[in-house]
Amino acid sequence: MVPLSWYLIFAAALFSIGLFGVLSRRNAVAILLGVELMLNSVNINLAAFWRYGDVSQMAGQVFAIIVFAVAAAEVAVGLALVISVYRRRNTVVADEINMMKW
Amino acid sequence: MSFWNDPLKIAADWLMGIFTGWGMPEIAAQILIGFLGVFLLVALLMVLDIFLVWVERKVVARFQDRLGPNRVGPWGLIQPFADIIKLIIKEDTTPGGADKVVYNIAPMLSMMSVLILWAVVPLAPKIIGVDLNIGALYIIAAGAIGTLAIIMAGWSSNNKFALIGAFRQVAVMVSFEIPMLTMLLIPTIFAGSMGFNAIIEAQDIWYVFLAPLAAVIFLIAAIAELGRAPFDMAEGESEIVAGFNIEYSGMKFGMFYAGELLHAFTFGGFMGILFFGGYRFFGLEQVSAFLAVAVIVFKAFIGYWIIMWVKYTLMRIRIDHMLAFNWKFLTPLAFTLLMVTALMNALLAGTSPWIYTSGMFLSNVALGWIALEVARRYSRRERARVEGVVTTSRSTLVG
Amino acid sequence: MTGEQIIFLLTALFTLGSGVMVVTSRNLIHAALWLVSALFGVAVTYALLDAAFLAVVQVVVYIGAIAILFIFAVMLTRKDMRDQGPQMNTNWWFGALLSVLVFGGLFFLLQGWSGLSRTASPIPPGFDSISELGNALISPDAYVLPFEVASVLLVAALIGAVYVAFNPRSGDTRK
Repeated sequence: MVPLSWYLIFAAALFSIGLFGVLSRRNAVAILLGVELMLNSVNINLAAFWRYGDVSQMAGQVFAIIVFAVAAAEVAVGLALVISVYRRRNTVVADEINMMKW
Repeated sequence: MSFWNDPLKIAADWLMGIFTGWGMPEIAAQILIGFLGVFLLVALLMVLDIFLVWVERKVVARFQDRLGPNRVGPWGLIQPFADIIKLIIKEDTTPGGADKVVYNIAPMLSMMSVLILWAVVPLAPKIIGVDLNIGALYIIAAGAIGTLAIIMAGWSSNNKFALIGAFRQVAVMVSFEIPMLTMLLIPTIFAGSMGFNAIIEAQDIWYVFLAPLAAVIFLIAAIAELGRAPFDMAEGESEIVAGFNIEYSGMKFGMFYAGELLHAFTFGGFMGILFFGGYRFFGLEQVSAFLAVAVIVFKAFIGYWIIMWVKYTLMRIRIDHMLAFNWKFLTPLAFTLLMVTALMNALLAGTSPWIYTSGMFLSNVALGWIALEVARRYSRRERARVEGVVTTSRSTLVG
Repeated sequence: MTGEQIIFLLTALFTLGSGVMVVTSRNLIHAALWLVSALFGVAVTYALLDAAFLAVVQVVVYIGAIAILFIFAVMLTRKDMRDQGPQMNTNWWFGALLSVLVFGGLFFLLQGWSGLSRTASPIPPGFDSISELGNALISPDAYVLPFEVASVLLVAALIGAVYVAFNPRSGDTRK
């Protein structure tokens, strides 16, 4: 049987990889890819805590499903924003979208 | 439990005895037996697939008043083997600027997305790969992999026609997934389970009598999901040549083609399972597991024949009409049907089967009639509007 | 080492490797495809955790919808099909340092937690996690409110995405 710590460390590593992607990619779409990895690592934790805790308490799975919904909403709005920005400014590089910067 | 009722269990026990007799540990023997089962199923499916090519060509020939393949072997039965030899010895080209790895993975994923569907298809009460209790969702998940394969093929070919074809096909597949998933939920409501074995066991009355409208919507969504005419957006020959598989040659194209045929046959089988009682046919499945397999293969062939019938009878629908049809008509209708079915199911719970069946049937027919009436009103208005525009533009031209 | 542990380690390595490729690959389409394989690894992880419903929904939602959406977005936001220029910003080393620190911090925190080496009790026989999940999602004394809020969020996101991405110039000419 796999101990709980393996799942948690695996999720922490996936979270850190996603964080690196968010912090260091230039392309806005690539930043969103990193966010997806981070959301997934959270979901692994939720599912692992459901399995290793009291199985009849469904909170872990329920909130994993709500994270799915949030991720879908986030991607839809985020990519719509990226496409809208691309249409107006002809770039998706996060550094160059700096009109609001003073 | 005799061999005729549960052949897989008997065969597995027999193999287990042999393997452990050779001094193999039990767990390794189990894995090996499982692998052999998968191998047997896939091999049978591939052989069936070869004959599906022949069936498809013969049937289309009959629809078009021709003879079809009739030179190689009796009734042209050896023709698909000649086709395969030709595909294998054909030059395997890769277009310049193609993304080689993605380009080569795409046909495999396409074939795989069809083959993994058979893991949940119950061929007989005991002959089933795995009786997942989420079987209905599993179909959609496998379809998602097929979508991915198409977009990978279209993008990596480095060809405009391929990319446009992939875009169109993916738009169609993603949108028609919604009514299809909704229609999968209707047998789920009746049976109280998403597992296919449970759905079949619960079908004392075929679900097509309970929900004829659901069966029709599922058939339409399935045809769109398969990418076959009248919804063959990916391969509109007159518009984008061969669509996403234009650059593929030899056996790689063969994998797309065989995958499509097997996919159509598989969805014929799902029609049979979800709405026509699966392997059940007047108690025939109790006699022998082999008869059950024969029944479900027969039903799958009938479903496949209906899909072919639609394909070779109707002309292609334009992409915007098709997406508008899905989003403005089919999806709202599917959601309404789901709600009406759930409501009727709650209202009629505990009544006699006759009242339940006739209530469900009548609500389905009424809903379908209302939907068609609404669509007719809409199209009349639309026609009046379009014709009005035409006359005004004509008058301005004249004036 | 049991078979389950071996499968878990292979899955975790596959997922983390794909994750690294997602954040480092120069070609954005490749990054999106690597994301698909990372998400597939996560789906296998759910299956290992006996959360079959989550595993299948992961494939349907993430691979069938989100990854496809990403591939579309990548194709729509490029002037040509090749990626030029650096894909990392100038202070990427800072991001790398921060993410290593986050991982180290999480690892350190987990070390001090007593429940870490817990093992799972076997699923009780006759326990159907899917019907339990369905009941939990719609029963008023469980999670019906978060479920409804999630659906409202989805509708809001749908409307918002259509409004933001709608191009008035290429819009419906009938109006």
